[in-house]
Amino acid sequence: MTVLTLALLVACGSFAAGLLGALTGLGGGIVVVPMLTLFFHVDIRYAIGASLVSVIATSSGAAAAYVREGYTNVRVGILLEVATTVGALFGAALAGVTPTSILAILFGVVLMFTAYRSLLPRPEHEILTTPDRWSEHFRLDSTYPTAEGKQAYSVQHVPAGFSIMLVAGTLSALLGIGSGIVKVLAMDQTMRLPFKVSTTTSNFMIGVTAAASAGVYLHRGYIDPAIAFPVMLGVLAGAMLGARILSRAQTRWLRQLFTGVVVVMAVQMLYKGVRGLP
Amino acid sequence: MTGVEPRISDHEVEQIVGRLLQLGVLLAAFVTLVGGIMVLVHHGATPAAYSVFQGEPAQLRSLTGIIRGAFRGDARSIVQLGLLLLIATPVARVAFTLVAFALQRDRMYVLITTIVLGLLLYGLLFGGA
Repeated sequence: MTVLTLALLVACGSFAAGLLGALTGLGGGIVVVPMLTLFFHVDIRYAIGASLVSVIATSSGAAAAYVREGYTNVRVGILLEVATTVGALFGAALAGVTPTSILAILFGVVLMFTAYRSLLPRPEHEILTTPDRWSEHFRLDSTYPTAEGKQAYSVQHVPAGFSIMLVAGTLSALLGIGSGIVKVLAMDQTMRLPFKVSTTTSNFMIGVTAAASAGVYLHRGYIDPAIAFPVMLGVLAGAMLGARILSRAQTRWLRQLFTGVVVVMAVQMLYKGVRGLP
Repeated sequence: MTGVEPRISDHEVEQIVGRLLQLGVLLAAFVTLVGGIMVLVHHGATPAAYSVFQGEPAQLRSLTGIIRGAFRGDARSIVQLGLLLLIATPVARVAFTLVAFALQRDRMYVLITTIVLGLLLYGLLFGGA
């Protein structure tokens, strides 16, 4: 295969990944690495480098819109970014000494977890306004826009959320993903932020987290221009189109389709990883 | 005296941050697209060999090497410059947030944001080494 053929095919695949990722809310980054390694036989390190770059593009592009709508909690974001960037630098260091077969197995496990989470119903928990010591200390409590005007909320379990973010940052760097699922888990389930605030703040943080390890990977030679450019532009174009048609799309069966793709990729990544073990 | 009154509101900060992110992504995508087309024109016919990891040559890994190469008109360096601009976008966002917290005289968040910015620059400038 020539560089031209590969770039065109990768761009098409990345476009589909970005489109489905935006429509289902799962993000396209999670399927870019399996696509590159399983279908195009690209080394997982080049795949992780290219995927991280695309994650920065989509999260920054989407964050631009969300931030201005007033859902994002900038203080929560910045505070937790301390944890995700520390985790990301740790993960990038770890990636240098982790065998690629182990990375593939870990990727398979994370894909499985993503599929499982995406099928669970998403019950809206009640909005808490009970004061929390840590939240008061860091002045995290805020308001968000609802149909009935501004609704106040208070943030719970800050240390636990911070710890989960360390893991989210490490996974992001190790696997080249945004790890939005883990970030939303920490903010929605543990810190009890309103769901819309969790997803937008998570998205806001993803770019910063990915930038920390992408910088390291650039120096380490993981980011190849001929692989990274079709991935970045493809995912970005797909995600932009997805955001535009989101309100008109039938997201339920798309979500099931995407979950199916994720499960198939999980099995293949696990198989690839186990077969590569010494 | 208005020493305690914030000079910039949270809402204004959010508007500017949104614009900054948009601009950064668009600029990075444009540079990457130009470089990408050049890569395909110059190197499109070469066989793709990415199944074995070799790592990028030194001039595509260092910031100065990339910038120098891009100004020479080297296609791969222009793509790397676009990707570098993209990586720099969230970093610029954090730097701007730092300035905003400083204008609001919010000492605690100036400190927290400085830590995040330091970690990002450490990765980007020194490769975490």
